[in-house]
Amino acid sequence: MAAISLNVNGKNYNLDVEPQMPLLWAIRDIIGLKGTKFGCGIAQCGACTVHMDGKPTRSCVLPVQAVTGKKITTIEGIGTEENLHPVQQAWIDEQVPQCGYCQSGQIMAATALLKEKPNPTNADIDAAMRGHLCRCGTYDRIRKAIKQASKVAPKNEASGGK
Amino acid sequence: MKHLEESNQEHLNFKTKDMSNRRDFIKTLGLSSAGLMLGLSATPRPSVVKMTTHGGPSALALEINPFIVIEPTGKIILINPRPDMGQGSTQAVPSLLAEELDVRLDQVTIWQSDGKNKYGDQTSGGSSSVRALWNPIRKAGAAAREMLVKAAAQRWKVSETECYAKEGKIYHKPTGKTLSYGEVADDASKLEVPKNPTLKEAKDFKIIGKYAPRLDVPARVTGKAVFGIDVEVPGMVYAVMIHNPHIHGKVVSIDDSEALKIKGVQKVLKCERPMPHRTAEAVAIIADNFWAALSAKRAVKVQWENGDIPQTMTTEVYFKKCAEAATKEGLKAEEHGDFGVKFSGASKKIEAVYETPFLAHAPIEPENAIAHIKEDGTAEVWAPIQGPDWALRDLAGYLKIKPEQIKVNVALLGGAFGRKAYHDFLLEACYLSREVKKPVKLVWTREDDITQGPYRPGMLARMQGGIDTQGNIVAYHHHPIGESIQMQVFKTPTDKPDDWICGELSQKEQKYNIPAFKVSFSHVPTDIPIVWWRSVYASNFGFSQEGFLDELIHAAGKDPIKARLEMLTDTRFKTVLETLHEKAKWSEKLPAGQGKGIAIFKSFGSISACCITVSKQANGVKIDKVVSVIDCGHYVNPDNVKAQTEGNIVMGISAAVKKGITFSNGQAEQTNFHQYQIMRFNEMPVVEIHIVESGAEPGGVGEPGLPPIAPALTNAIFAATGKRIRRLPFDLNTLA
Repeated sequence: MAAISLNVNGKNYNLDVEPQMPLLWAIRDIIGLKGTKFGCGIAQCGACTVHMDGKPTRSCVLPVQAVTGKKITTIEGIGTEENLHPVQQAWIDEQVPQCGYCQSGQIMAATALLKEKPNPTNADIDAAMRGHLCRCGTYDRIRKAIKQASKVAPKNEASGGK
Repeated sequence: MKHLEESNQEHLNFKTKDMSNRRDFIKTLGLSSAGLMLGLSATPRPSVVKMTTHGGPSALALEINPFIVIEPTGKIILINPRPDMGQGSTQAVPSLLAEELDVRLDQVTIWQSDGKNKYGDQTSGGSSSVRALWNPIRKAGAAAREMLVKAAAQRWKVSETECYAKEGKIYHKPTGKTLSYGEVADDASKLEVPKNPTLKEAKDFKIIGKYAPRLDVPARVTGKAVFGIDVEVPGMVYAVMIHNPHIHGKVVSIDDSEALKIKGVQKVLKCERPMPHRTAEAVAIIADNFWAALSAKRAVKVQWENGDIPQTMTTEVYFKKCAEAATKEGLKAEEHGDFGVKFSGASKKIEAVYETPFLAHAPIEPENAIAHIKEDGTAEVWAPIQGPDWALRDLAGYLKIKPEQIKVNVALLGGAFGRKAYHDFLLEACYLSREVKKPVKLVWTREDDITQGPYRPGMLARMQGGIDTQGNIVAYHHHPIGESIQMQVFKTPTDKPDDWICGELSQKEQKYNIPAFKVSFSHVPTDIPIVWWRSVYASNFGFSQEGFLDELIHAAGKDPIKARLEMLTDTRFKTVLETLHEKAKWSEKLPAGQGKGIAIFKSFGSISACCITVSKQANGVKIDKVVSVIDCGHYVNPDNVKAQTEGNIVMGISAAVKKGITFSNGQAEQTNFHQYQIMRFNEMPVVEIHIVESGAEPGGVGEPGLPPIAPALTNAIFAATGKRIRRLPFDLNTLA
């Protein structure tokens, strides 16, 4: 078993893990960043979504060996309570979360969408968000928050609102 | 945006672990060294079968005894007796306290209660948080405020009437002198607790009933909130279960030769899944990390002996038995008027059978728990559970140790919907920790969650109704049929009607003044494990009540809202319907191809009605709009009432139009979200929610919005297409 090198939120890690271990578990259990969530393990719910080179990616089915040389961003790399990303701020303004468990994945999808399409149509939002389940039923607020965030020029969204 | 101080949301950072030490400290050194501590004495524990917080109409009978600690530093701690699963208890409960204690919400630090008896009922369920805590928490806050003011007045040697409290300080009006709560907490703690403190009048509320952003939201959008699955403790190992796909069979053999070759796998062992009513044999893998355990799960070969389960435990067999029962009379629960006479004398008679499927809760955070059974015989657990009090009792019973020897730490719940008040996963972790003598972190896979249950029970309802020559509904019979949560889980006698179901459907609850009104029940057992699911039986029988009444009303040639208003005797119900009439623009004509349907149902102390608009498509229909109205009496945060109602709309539509759980050959046919689908983002209709300001005693908010959804939808489909749907789920694209 060779060491796997990973770049997560701008930091380099060398992990001694099975190459087949999904990125999700490397992030959560080995690196210890718990904001990325496990929901289904088969890329059906979106809770595990991270950015790989800026693109939303399901980390629960992505072997960690496929990630070498890529830049991974997790919810922790998007913004902090002290320095919120405009999407996170919109999530707060619209009071989106109920339990909040799926919201890391929802926010990763929304930030990627707005980076690609700063003024998304409803159809764009549908396409970007339909892979993300929320059992609490916050879909209506998520749409409102994305629209609100689209009015705010995102700043340095790749590395967070620093 | 104002940032909250991190300290006031300590529950998000999982600091409940300090709590029992703190209380010991208070006990040892006396109140004077630790500040003021207030609380009412504990009520006796209810017995299992009477523990109806999750479903029955008697939910309010249970008392709650929260504690407030005011430290000499001025820190105000609320020990919150309702775990937060997304319903907003971490805002609602401190709001009740802050209002009467005269502090800002961000001055209250929240600790989660640990299940100990002195806090009384601590289960988030039955939409109980606000309605159960409305009086006790406000009273505790008001009593504390009065004592603090009195202590300050005594120190200043002035009259209490010259003093008032605001935002954590006591002010002396004539001089402008101030003392903080912390400065007088010591003195106040020596005063007698007023038995009947003066509560604010509703018109003076500054926090209750007003919009306020939830202070825990920032942590929930930055990945910082600590859910059960995120907790780690030193020295822990990971575990995954191999559950029997047939749930109840026996382990014949385990071949772990391939699994043990996987790096990080420590052990494969036979174990058990303790459900409340029976224990199933199971297998578990212990490993260094979750992925190793999961890889081993795929490599272990288990041979099971399942007896006749493949033949008997199927939804086809179960519903067939239910259908047989629907041809017979059930056990009578209530009858007002003579149903037989009124029904046989009716000029029009309608009979129908309504069906609802088994459903999984499927919270996005799967079931998980850490258990540490220590060598000294004590135990500590960390888990996302709805009720630490129930968990403590279940743990003590299972481990055969005293509650004092167990420490329960409740983490945030990533959704629950009733599932995480069923502790099989917690006890599994205990079994494994006892075996391996280490803290064990058990995480269920989604497949465990979907295939193992417990589920919302699938049920039938046999309906009979009669209309007289003037078009009045004169006879109504609601006859629920199926497995009973009380009978399966709590083993209550099966020779009586289920009183959770029949109590909720009674004329006293639903207020329809129909001359002959009858409710019956038939019990049909199944081995498929069941339990409460959001809104419990209201999710089954709101559909049959309101769908069938719509049939009767149409047969009588009447308007669905007007006809209901004629029958309803209660002004709150009427106001809800009149509000819906206005807000949904009921009297406006719709273009051809569109239809509107309505439903109203009372559950958990609140009345909720809904109007759904659908439009015909080339195939099937599309849901255009949902307008919901709720009268939940006094509420804490209008935005949270709306959020919960939105959630109920989404979950209610999923329950109506997405495939349920079916068992064939003794196992669930759905294993993960690709087969057990829930509503997705792009399927979300326009929603509108209106709150009726009745000022009545608080009712529930987390569940009452759900029951009217399915019947409003099928009634709308009838209006648009003429097709009457009596069986859930159905496909919106085919209406079959």
